[in-house]
Amino acid sequence: MNMQDKNFAGMATNYGDLLGNGLTLKQFRDGIIERTEATGHYNGLEKLAFRDSDPIGYEKLFSKLRGGLVHARETAKKIAASPIVEQEGELCFTLYNAVGDCVLTSTGIIIHVGTMGAAIKYMIENNWEGNPGINPGDMFTNNDCAIGNVHPCDIATIVPIFWEGKLIGWVGGVTHVIDTGAVTPGSMSTGQVQRFGDGYMITCRKTGVNDTPLRDWLHESQRSVRTPKYWILDERTRIAGCHMIRDLVEEVIRADGLEAYEKFAYEVIEEGRRGLISRIKAMTLPGKYRKVSFVDVPYKHPDVQVSSAFAKLDSIMHSPCEMTIRGDGSWKLDFEGASRWGWHTFNAHQVAFTSGIWVMMCQTLVPTQRINDGAYLATDFHLPKGAWCNPDDRRTGHAYAWHFLVSGWAALWRGLGQAYFSRGYLEEVNAGNANTSNWLQGGGINQEGEIHAVNSFEASSCGTGACAVKDGLNHAAAIWNPEGDMGDIEIWEMAEPLLYLGRNVKANSGGYGKYRGGCGFETLRMVWNAQDWTMFFMGNGFMNSDWGMMGGYPSATGYRFEAHKTGLKERIAIGDSLPLGADLDPTHPDYERHIDATAHVKRDKQCITTEDCYENHDLYLNYLRGGPGFGDPLDREPKAIEDDLNQKFLLPDYAGKVYGAIFTIDAKGVFTVDAAKTQARRAEIRNERVARAVPTREWMKEERQRILDKHASVQVRHMFATSFGLSEKFKSDFKSFWDLPVDWDLREEELGVPSYGSKHRMDLSLLPDVHTVVQVEE
Amino acid sequence: MSYTKEQIANLVDGKLDWETTFRMLSMPKDQGRFAKYLAALQARVNYADKIVLPLSLHMNIVQRAGDKRWVIKCDCGHEFCDHNENWKLHAAIYVRDTEEAMTDVYPKLMAPDTQWQVYREYYCPKCGTMHDVEAPTPWYPVIHDFEPDIEAFYRDWVNLPVPERA
Ligand SMILES: [Zn+2]
Repeated sequence: MNMQDKNFAGMATNYGDLLGNGLTLKQFRDGIIERTEATGHYNGLEKLAFRDSDPIGYEKLFSKLRGGLVHARETAKKIAASPIVEQEGELCFTLYNAVGDCVLTSTGIIIHVGTMGAAIKYMIENNWEGNPGINPGDMFTNNDCAIGNVHPCDIATIVPIFWEGKLIGWVGGVTHVIDTGAVTPGSMSTGQVQRFGDGYMITCRKTGVNDTPLRDWLHESQRSVRTPKYWILDERTRIAGCHMIRDLVEEVIRADGLEAYEKFAYEVIEEGRRGLISRIKAMTLPGKYRKVSFVDVPYKHPDVQVSSAFAKLDSIMHSPCEMTIRGDGSWKLDFEGASRWGWHTFNAHQVAFTSGIWVMMCQTLVPTQRINDGAYLATDFHLPKGAWCNPDDRRTGHAYAWHFLVSGWAALWRGLGQAYFSRGYLEEVNAGNANTSNWLQGGGINQEGEIHAVNSFEASSCGTGACAVKDGLNHAAAIWNPEGDMGDIEIWEMAEPLLYLGRNVKANSGGYGKYRGGCGFETLRMVWNAQDWTMFFMGNGFMNSDWGMMGGYPSATGYRFEAHKTGLKERIAIGDSLPLGADLDPTHPDYERHIDATAHVKRDKQCITTEDCYENHDLYLNYLRGGPGFGDPLDREPKAIEDDLNQKFLLPDYAGKVYGAIFTIDAKGVFTVDAAKTQARRAEIRNERVARAVPTREWMKEERQRILDKHASVQVRHMFATSFGLSEKFKSDFKSFWDLPVDWDLREEELGVPSYGSKHRMDLSLLPDVHTVVQVEE
Repeated sequence: MSYTKEQIANLVDGKLDWETTFRMLSMPKDQGRFAKYLAALQARVNYADKIVLPLSLHMNIVQRAGDKRWVIKCDCGHEFCDHNENWKLHAAIYVRDTEEAMTDVYPKLMAPDTQWQVYREYYCPKCGTMHDVEAPTPWYPVIHDFEPDIEAFYRDWVNLPVPERA
């Protein structure tokens, strides 16, 4: 017989015996879900026996494991060569119990608490236990966005942990790789509009045996991406970290016993659930909070070159959020009314949403080390099936799901900010975080003559939102990685064939307010020593997802600047002036005065483009956005305005128009704001406001007429049509708010734009032999 | 953890020293904050009505002194509406829905395109304070963005008597 193991026959020899308790993994998981649902406590743990009987032993175990996870991350990241991992820390390690529920996680991109758990659950629900089998020393690799990964460039290595032959848990490690072999280079590219262009996709594949990566995997995976050197070192980073953590768990069990470890691995999740509820009660206020955010998807423009005609339209992502905090401290996040997914790369799987949210929450509501699946269990999510955050089609692209995710969360900052404000915890208020963009990406032949891709993680330092007691931080943070860092110029110049001609704080980028949003920054890059080089832009431009709070303005939106045929080679040779530093005032552009008059310049709001060619000495402006503001700008301290003027954080025109500042400027260019004159001017501005405004209900009559006339841009009508198509409730609320006739309707087919996918869709769950894991109310 | 009335008053004024602010951020929350916060705000308004819940920088839900109705009130004394209504529907509005209106507040290219997004500024019709800026698409309903459960909050969360309501 041409078979080596007669017992296999489609089932691994240890099938049904992995846990040593007579149950398959799936049966065991079903039991936990049942006990959780029946009691409201994770795994039915109404009492935390270990924690209550031996609190010190419990805390010691916690510290050992958490310390080990953080240590493994710090140590393993030194193996990586990719600056995204090594400089920016875009990696994370997480420990799971046997059923894939998260016990503890390291620092870093902790969105993956749930995404790797979702992969483990997918293996459980689809009987990986039988085939391909789960054995000590195995490694599984996953980046499949249809089962919970955020975007394909987050590659996860998942290793089962055994003790005396029985499966007791899992450890997962994830890194953000530089390239995934998508249609265009960079890890979060825009050129593809479906999964099939999103790059190399791996579904919980067994890629290693006996702690050794399989050779077919090594060969196939490295040639499937543009940057194999970075790829392989990233994989070694993940494997090393996972094995360190597996060793740590073995050491803990040797010291404290299996019983203590296993009790801990379940009790800590119930403790996490209770922890979130007690934080909600300690910091917020019961009630309903309604917020909304949007993202522009301007795909009609000729600089967005995609392969499919049906993707060529302008559309808008709509993310309404109703946050209900109940009297018992539990809460519900309801996104009823969200717009449909689309033919682009910004769609998000439900797990990317429900898991990702903790990377934000750990920066505000739960700033603890105890992030695990308990927080998820204390939260009810409603994500309508078919929406951008829960697609119902297996073709969707996800390469930059973050674009929509962080924008969707912008609403949550403001909801929580309202709660903190009303309760008096002013120090906690954050009007939001900047939309993380622009993302500079591209590739070609780099300065070392190799095929290369770039994805600048300077973007991990945008402005934060204003607080209720102080300004936001300038160029300081990214919502998706609490430990973000803009990185050193010297490192980026080694990683990218792009010289810096400037790196400056971006004036007027922080939203105005009594306290202003943190300013973003801008870097001017010149292509240098590259061949066949391409780049593209990726960010918001026509719209802004972050609103201000309580009278503060949103931050500025994006724009793009690129220049070709600049003549800089000759200008450098003859010592002529060069474009250096900031694009200080885009109303009066200055860069153009230091390049050839015949240069080809693109300066507009089209902030999403696809791969375009750049010659050496071409220019690219990478402008990172600022954060939103808090409070009426007329309440801002004159001294703070003066400081902003003197640091070039604010252009003089707007100090007058927005803040009502009356100021002088001396011969050295130093600004002085006159407090008394400013106060008088502000009184005038208040009168001017009242004079130009109308009662809201009067304005509503005009707006209602525009709706009856269907007078709005096609992208606005398209957004409402897709939301109406998914939610009768949203439509009827809309119609009743505007008092529209019963027969008023708005459908995609009347808009005259491609509506491919609006009627006929096929979910992954409809594939034969596939059992998807649903973790939200749909 | 507990803070003095003076410290909370300084926090409200944006004058609290960073060391104390940092302690507030990093330590467990002080349960008595809400009462001290109300006291500080009450001392800063010129009306006799009792503040029930702060809504915005210059806007509170108050218990009207005369008849104990809960209403939404501007610091200047202007009353918008009942506490459970959407005050924005009773405000004065100015909509930035042209490029010209947008470039009044942002440099060129740094404001939204009004074919996609507009800014709705909501003012107090009496004193001209800007209480909120909405940034939705055209056609978007005026959002009723906060409906607090004040009774449950007072009674069950901060253990304070619920102010009387007519
Ligand atoms: Zn007023």
